[in-house]
Amino acid sequence: MSLTTTTAPGRATRARRPTRNGSLSLTSGLGLGVAMLWFSLLVLVPLAMVVASAGSNGLGGFVGVITDSQTLAAVQLTVLQSLLVTAVNVVMGTMIAWVLVRDRFPGKRVLDVVIDIPFALPTIVAGLVLLSLYGPSSPLGVNVANTRYAVFLALAFVTLPFVVRTVQPVLEELEADVEEASASLGASRLTTFRRIILPSLVPSIAAGAALSFARGISEYGSMVLLSGNLPNHTEVAAVRVFTFIENGDTASAASVATLMLLVALAVIVALDIIQRRVARRG
Amino acid sequence: MASATRVREPKPVRWSLRVIVTAYVFVLVLWPVSLVVRYTFADGLTALSTALAEPDVRQALRLTVTVALVAVAVNLVFGVGISLLLVRYEFPGKRVLSALIDVPLSVSPIVVGLALLLVYSPRTGLFGKGLSEAGIQVIFASPGMVMATVFVALPLVIREVVPVLQEIGDEQEQASQSLGANAFQTFRRITLPSIKWAVVYGVVLALARSLGEYGAVKVVSGNVTGQSRTATMIVESKYQGFEQPAAYAVAFLLAMASVVCIVIVGILRPSTGDHS
Repeated sequence: MSLTTTTAPGRATRARRPTRNGSLSLTSGLGLGVAMLWFSLLVLVPLAMVVASAGSNGLGGFVGVITDSQTLAAVQLTVLQSLLVTAVNVVMGTMIAWVLVRDRFPGKRVLDVVIDIPFALPTIVAGLVLLSLYGPSSPLGVNVANTRYAVFLALAFVTLPFVVRTVQPVLEELEADVEEASASLGASRLTTFRRIILPSLVPSIAAGAALSFARGISEYGSMVLLSGNLPNHTEVAAVRVFTFIENGDTASAASVATLMLLVALAVIVALDIIQRRVARRG
Repeated sequence: MASATRVREPKPVRWSLRVIVTAYVFVLVLWPVSLVVRYTFADGLTALSTALAEPDVRQALRLTVTVALVAVAVNLVFGVGISLLLVRYEFPGKRVLSALIDVPLSVSPIVVGLALLLVYSPRTGLFGKGLSEAGIQVIFASPGMVMATVFVALPLVIREVVPVLQEIGDEQEQASQSLGANAFQTFRRITLPSIKWAVVYGVVLALARSLGEYGAVKVVSGNVTGQSRTATMIVESKYQGFEQPAAYAVAFLLAMASVVCIVIVGILRPSTGDHS
């Protein structure tokens, strides 16, 4: 099965060994050097500096910042809402992928394109877009602006494509004969789905969930106009970091940022383990 | 494909799935997006033309396009280069590099801004002090905005190009080299034509991401009116300044740009070979 190559785009297992002897010539060695220098100056050194300045006031300073009640409230809200949204995405994303692959109806292609809109839309515009339907002048009469529902809504919007786009290619590759065999042996459609289809989808669902959670933890732009950023109520972790930066307190900003990086990393690793377990069993 | 003989769900199941999915996407994405379009054109073209007549809006749009184009160009060169290195060569630390490439996708834009600030800030930054003594201003100026934009869009080209490079293998490249072509000729005549669509696809996605970047750019720009505000920051300040029509107009332009990008990608995608 080619599952592992399709589940995590970009982190595809590099199964094919380079047939060339792979040693670097002078030109490619130089290229590697330039690329690594560029990557270090742009990504590695700056991110390392975030962790370093989180520790600049010692461990006590770091713990002090992240256990401050307002910061704690922001982190709790962010983690909780990201988990909720990820759970919704696991169900809805899989359903959307299913309909896009297995169903056929007029307008399906439009649906397929619309799924990508949240990915491409600037986050500040996403906030504005949601305000137009769920804000003070809502034609539905629903106003969630400045409430915790707004945080959930914004995250649901921006993370919509992740599970869909990881599950879809796997579902497309799934062989029909296994399902037919299962059906001809008398299994109901639901049993076939639970026992045959779902296990092959779990790795890709987990990969999508990890992306969705990581995005939820880090979201900033769509909150700005929509959630009101009320301390201890609708303020998310990224907004807290921004406030620290604005006040010139980069050490505290770096502490919260490091915590966010750690949470995202922990979830990605956890889901990677689940994915491996299931893939081995399947 | 075998879909003709595929076991199908009973009709009620199929219909309810279809209705739930369509309703969810409609309520979450399509309806709100269409409302913004409607509000933009509520008074015909006046909102757009008034907004576009404002000097700071025009300045912001010009800055957004410039920063995005430079960032995409940088990501194009380094994206293709790093993809080639990752797929075609062996070197120590290759696995680590390949894992690190995806990191920018999971890092909050605000953290990206903070990270760049800590290194390149003229007063307190690790390299920033030296650079500013040498007369190079990175943060609160356009180089910082370009860096922030390059950072957030960095994996997009690589993620498109790497799988295609793996797929095509290197037999043709070897043949070309054994026939005496140099590395550049091989790249231009053999490699580039086969990864062309993946590159285009990655560039379009990177462009959409770059035009719309907000958080990271906001942190490093200093948000100085008329000088370093991008279009996304104009949307925020206009909305909060109770100039809703202008906010909707600029948001509409940004949304149009991103929708055009994904439609282009959607049209290109089937011709690039469907996943398999």
